Amino acid sequence: MSFAQSYRLRLQRKRWLIRAFRKRRELTAVADRTEQIRKRDILLFSTMRNEKIRLPFFLRYYRDLGVSHFLMVDNDSTDGTLEYLADQPDVSVWSATRGYKRARFGVDWLNWLQSRYGHNHWTLVVDPDEFLIYPFCDTRPLSALTDWLDASSIKSFSAMLLDMYPKGRIDEQPYKAGQNPMEIAAWFDAGNYTISRNKKFGNLWIQGGPRMRAFFPKTPEKAPALNKIPLVKWDRKYAYVSSTHMLLPRGLNLVYDEWGGEKASGILLHTKFLHTFSEKAAEELERKQHYAASVEYRAYAESLRDNPELWCRWSEKYINWRQLEILGLMSKGNWA
Amino acid sequence: MTVGIVMLVHTALNRAEQVARHWAAAGCPVVIHADDNVSRKTFKAFKKSLSDVPIIRFSPRHRCEWGTWGIVAATQEASELMLKEFPAVRHVYLASGSCLPLRPVQELIDYLAARPKTDFIESATTADVPWTVGGLDSERFTLRFPFSWKNHRFLFDRYVALQRRVGFRRRVPNGITPHMGSQWWCLTRQTLSAILEDPDRLTYDRYFRRVWIPDESYFQTLARLYSQHIESRSLTLSKFDFQGKPHIFYDDHLQLLRRSDCFVARKIWPNAGRLYRAFLTDSESALKRTEPNPGKIDRIFSRAVDRRTRGRPGLYMQSRWPNPGWENGSTCAKYAVFQGFANLFEDFEPWLNRMTGMRVHGHLFGQERVEFAGGQEVINGAISDSAEIRDYNPRAFLTNLIWSTRGERQCFQFGPRDNQDIIWELSKDPNAQIAVISGAWALPLFFSNNNFSEIRAEAALLQKVESKFLDALRSPYAKARSRIWTMAEFIEAPMEPLQMIIEELGVQSNRRLSEAPKMVDLAGFGQFLQNLKNQGMHPYLMGDFPSSPDPMPRLVKKPKPYLVQK
Repeated sequence: MSFAQSYRLRLQRKRWLIRAFRKRRELTAVADRTEQIRKRDILLFSTMRNEKIRLPFFLRYYRDLGVSHFLMVDNDSTDGTLEYLADQPDVSVWSATRGYKRARFGVDWLNWLQSRYGHNHWTLVVDPDEFLIYPFCDTRPLSALTDWLDASSIKSFSAMLLDMYPKGRIDEQPYKAGQNPMEIAAWFDAGNYTISRNKKFGNLWIQGGPRMRAFFPKTPEKAPALNKIPLVKWDRKYAYVSSTHMLLPRGLNLVYDEWGGEKASGILLHTKFLHTFSEKAAEELERKQHYAASVEYRAYAESLRDNPELWCRWSEKYINWRQLEILGLMSKGNWA
Repeated sequence: MTVGIVMLVHTALNRAEQVARHWAAAGCPVVIHADDNVSRKTFKAFKKSLSDVPIIRFSPRHRCEWGTWGIVAATQEASELMLKEFPAVRHVYLASGSCLPLRPVQELIDYLAARPKTDFIESATTADVPWTVGGLDSERFTLRFPFSWKNHRFLFDRYVALQRRVGFRRRVPNGITPHMGSQWWCLTRQTLSAILEDPDRLTYDRYFRRVWIPDESYFQTLARLYSQHIESRSLTLSKFDFQGKPHIFYDDHLQLLRRSDCFVARKIWPNAGRLYRAFLTDSESALKRTEPNPGKIDRIFSRAVDRRTRGRPGLYMQSRWPNPGWENGSTCAKYAVFQGFANLFEDFEPWLNRMTGMRVHGHLFGQERVEFAGGQEVINGAISDSAEIRDYNPRAFLTNLIWSTRGERQCFQFGPRDNQDIIWELSKDPNAQIAVISGAWALPLFFSNNNFSEIRAEAALLQKVESKFLDALRSPYAKARSRIWTMAEFIEAPMEPLQMIIEELGVQSNRRLSEAPKMVDLAGFGQFLQNLKNQGMHPYLMGDFPSSPDPMPRLVKKPKPYLVQK
């Protein structure tokens, strides 16, 4: 990498940070409990819209893992998400009514909150439908992982997005608030992921899974990216570039081993495909606030009309992290 | 006679306190050294909280940065204090704040009492062990290391490089032989005091002060001078990973640690409450009096290191993306590729399946769709039959398929009509077994009902494509096991090559092939080729076919050879 290239990336990073700084004005604090944050706390950042039904389980899941404080941005919800969050004792919530798209799909807002509150903390950035699985997550809390990462001088932890879906029609089993969504969306694609390397940012670009298989069989290049780096020992100089797919400085994107070995990595179980999905897809299509003119949602809307079943004979049913490890979707690396 | 514990602590003081009390409760005096980095306030509180135990002392504090002299200095002073204050101590055990005794302390005391003259210290010469990480082994003792590795890595590396370049070497004092090993030892009073009271100690100290990671070599080297009996092993179970940092134990290691029968384990995660509860409440775990046996733990950790450094061959995933040439096997299992066979034999795929029991696919790289075995639309791993998805990344398609069908050998057909982007992958993969009947692509043309000009154009194209594939198979980079026959060669005696292929696929069968696949009718094929030639398009890949009479081979069953038995 030439000096000029790395300097350009540096400028780009500065630009995202300045942008985040400007976008802070769009955030209005509704409940600010950030004074509760202690030095070694693990913080969770998330931005959402109309996700109230998912929140009870979401908060419980991450509290159980050992997240100490939640910093959330609510984007103009109409279902009471904001009020629900404001009532939680360990949640600080900001309201943003301006465009999600103009804030680069929420990245600017979260970059700002992270630089403000996340400095020197392990920060987890996930959507309300994403559930982090890491090696030994059934026996060790998240702080065991972050302590180990600290001891190994690792600053970022990769967790690929794994799309979960139910057997039968997506809207067949309604999801109830507080329920574990993996009870319904229990299935996933085990081995149809394609990877290429993004030369500029050094990250891997992973596509595939049921969305490529069912929604983009003719135009696979349009399938959404599944690579994510949600867990980072944050520094106020860092910036997410696009969603949590990649970061700057680019060294943080090197979450994979290039010499044949495996680094430790996790999985984000993505429970987008519940009965709420069809509604959501229709609404997002209207709002046009999603990536690449909501091309993803357009494809969903079309495919969903005919055959909203993602399950196939070769779908795997989720059991635990060891299963994902054996299938080669995640790795223990040298953590034992 | 008892055992004295020298304890070096720097974090998780509450756990250190718990462990110190545990040792003291069993009658072992404890001398604690707290890192100078611990704030004065915290240290005061720590000291106060242990003030009710009379046999716990605190030694003067040093700054203990990893790899530097501070740890040795701290150990020296704490050991001196121990020997001076507690004359009943016969063995001194060096432990850290994150060490956890796994067996009742009395067992350790008895074990050491039964071996009063033995020093337990891992100590080996650098030439003989491959332990060191990062390329500094014997150079630890011959170069100087004034810069911190943690904070000034650049200067550290540059200065090492400079010294190598200049050829700088330090002299080892008094001709001692440097030894190294685990820094957690257990020495007898005799040996330890001999080291600490050595008239040349100043010389040694001055030398080791500039050695890299002296806590792994100072006592290990000097113990060799005085000890009457060295057991070169550490009583502390402590495993290191490939970067030289210790593996950490968590709650879920409880059973493993129980069964290891080691006296002390390091390093325990401070929040592993279950481990501390289980091992510090003096269990009645029966007096076993067995030798430590950390075999199982060793295996688990060495597997972990292997996973980190070599990974799983043929797997490509979010945290394993090898640079070209570093895949350590570009696919995970053997598979077989057949070109031309399905053209020459009508029922080749079912026949191969019957003969070998393997999964036989059609043209996986076919233009229209992926022809999975049995016409399935999706296959193991939920791999789709969409040609677009496959062509988006043919290599990932192949490696995914082989990975997802681990445990079952895959065979598939290939041909010049298929997507050719994969040919170098195939030819460079040692797992590929490729069998080609060159020129067999002409058979579908021969049977087709197209205009001859179209046939001629297509034949020219296919011939070009196939010859590229053959070039790839014959290139010096090729690692696949490939066998190539011209069609003419093959049909002369088809059973022999077929037999050879089946054998190479590793099917366990001593019998000769009992059944041959059915060959297509070749009547008129020679004339067809001659027509192509007459049109100026020379088909050469199929070998020499006489234009007439028809070279239809006879697939007569050979008479069984008579077996002459003695």
